[in-house]
Amino acid sequence: MTDRRPAWKRRHFEERFFKTLMRVSFLAVAGSLGAILLTVIVKGLPALSLAMLTQTPKGGYYLGKEGGILNAILGSLLLAGCATVLALLIGLPMALYLEIYAPRSRWAGSVRLALDVMWGIPSIVYGAFGFTLMLLVGLRASLLGGILALTLLELPIMTRAMDEVIKMIPKDLEESAFALGTTRYEVAVKVIVRQALPGIITGALLAFGRGIGDAAAVLFTAGYTDRLPTSLFRPVASLPLAVFFQLGTPYPEVRQRAYAAALILTIIVLGVSLGSRLLAARLSRNVVK
Amino acid sequence: MRPVTTASPASRTGRESDLARRRLQDRVSTWLFLALTALPLTITAAMLLALMARSQPILAGHTIRELLTGQTWQPMQGQFGFYPFIVGTLWVTALAMLIAVPPSLFTAVYLAEYARPTTRTLAKPVLDLLAAIPSVVYGIWGVVAIVPWVGASLAPTLNRWFGFIPFVAANNPTGFSVLSGSLVLAVMVTPVIIAISYEVLRAVPDGLREAALAMGTTRWQAIMHAVLPKALPGVAAAVVLGFSRAFGETMAVLMVVGNVAKTPSSIFDPAYPLTALIANNYGEMMSIPLYDAALMGAALTLLLVVLAFNIISAVILRGAVRRAAA
Repeated sequence: MTDRRPAWKRRHFEERFFKTLMRVSFLAVAGSLGAILLTVIVKGLPALSLAMLTQTPKGGYYLGKEGGILNAILGSLLLAGCATVLALLIGLPMALYLEIYAPRSRWAGSVRLALDVMWGIPSIVYGAFGFTLMLLVGLRASLLGGILALTLLELPIMTRAMDEVIKMIPKDLEESAFALGTTRYEVAVKVIVRQALPGIITGALLAFGRGIGDAAAVLFTAGYTDRLPTSLFRPVASLPLAVFFQLGTPYPEVRQRAYAAALILTIIVLGVSLGSRLLAARLSRNVVK
Repeated sequence: MRPVTTASPASRTGRESDLARRRLQDRVSTWLFLALTALPLTITAAMLLALMARSQPILAGHTIRELLTGQTWQPMQGQFGFYPFIVGTLWVTALAMLIAVPPSLFTAVYLAEYARPTTRTLAKPVLDLLAAIPSVVYGIWGVVAIVPWVGASLAPTLNRWFGFIPFVAANNPTGFSVLSGSLVLAVMVTPVIIAISYEVLRAVPDGLREAALAMGTTRWQAIMHAVLPKALPGVAAAVVLGFSRAFGETMAVLMVVGNVAKTPSSIFDPAYPLTALIANNYGEMMSIPLYDAALMGAALTLLLVVLAFNIISAVILRGAVRRAAA
């Protein structure tokens, strides 16, 4: 059967059809974000209380009905905070090298490829690898192990983010500094870092958000405990694992803690994501345009 | 960068030693930073080697074929058949991609070609937040919203109308199923696919669109016949990257997929993906011989597949953005 309608009518219909389809797709994507946030808020808000935020679980995280999730909140902040600092210490010099010391070199290309590939490695594999290394040196599931696993996970995210930011800085700035007789180190540390500061902070916060939300990497390496973190060599609790373990319990009171942990985790992650954006806008005052 | 104000002979030596210090600083930092940049390659290689070494014992006693096609998983009896887990992973991932790819591509095209700037600035944080939400939170959403919905309404409805199709027959009322895992995964990979496809589409020069529109095409025709062909490799890379993300995702899937070590025969059956296998058994694996070698083998399989996919997509993307912009 051939379409007898004029060609332009068919084309007009096609245009409208696909445009509608695209709008619907976009709404579906945005709608799923809304649905997820709604679920977490509806479930988590009633569970949130002062006791939840200021107490550790009493009588076991899986069975004990009393207490809160302070152990997981502190543990997560420590794990992701230390990992972010470590990753920044390794990642920033790397990004500077890629952009200032050896730009457009073959080596820089392969390092970027390696970072992109690392970015895609599943966090459970980082966990398994970290666990293997820890067995090798005789380290048990601990805060230190978790920090190291998260550092590996955060490193590619942060380095690539900073790399892209430094790339956007106009070459003139670097060249004028060189023309004044500075060394590459001075250009990198005194000019480029200052100029890229908003981007560096955004990258660090992005990596922090990824690190604090990751469960699979800390499952093997950091373990879980009801106590507050005290030592680098003791197991430490974390929010994602608090959600995971406590959601599977038969007690509704304990499940409340899972919902509360999920809400806090979501607030932290979304706050970091939005906050980094605002902070970057404020900090860019010092940036030469 | 100490300012030099005087040029008297007395300060000359000071200036020279200052220069020497700065040279040394520069040289030391060069070598130090260079050494740091070797880390990503070293870490990736070390991961491969470590997981290979740790999974060696299982390969010594079993052939690779035996492991890949074996149906029974009984670590106590020394039987390590990975088949149900591999098939479980493939089912969940493939179905997730089927669900995620069309809306993701439509959204990317919409944002890149049609949307007003205000819509675009609104869409950016939506995608960022979707990408930032931790996987356990996706898991909670799955357990609280998706699983009951699939179990109570989607499965019976689809079963009533399409039950004659073998893959859609439902005899699992719980909702913890391949489909639930795929739905959650689909939402998780959406921001990845959209963000990369969007970048690739934006890199296509406007001249191409204008040339097509000047020939009297509609916007959709210009997109289909001028923009998309140019952007195709990059869009394909975005999809591959989404696939590899879904392939390695652990916690969210683990929470909703049911974890039954049996090859699924319908999208409403439970499954047990490789990632869930590793995560669920980390505690007990040390006490049973070969168990940890088998789990490390599963991690190695994941790593190899993801490495291959990521390298392919990274190489395509590099060329694609350059070519599209040229």
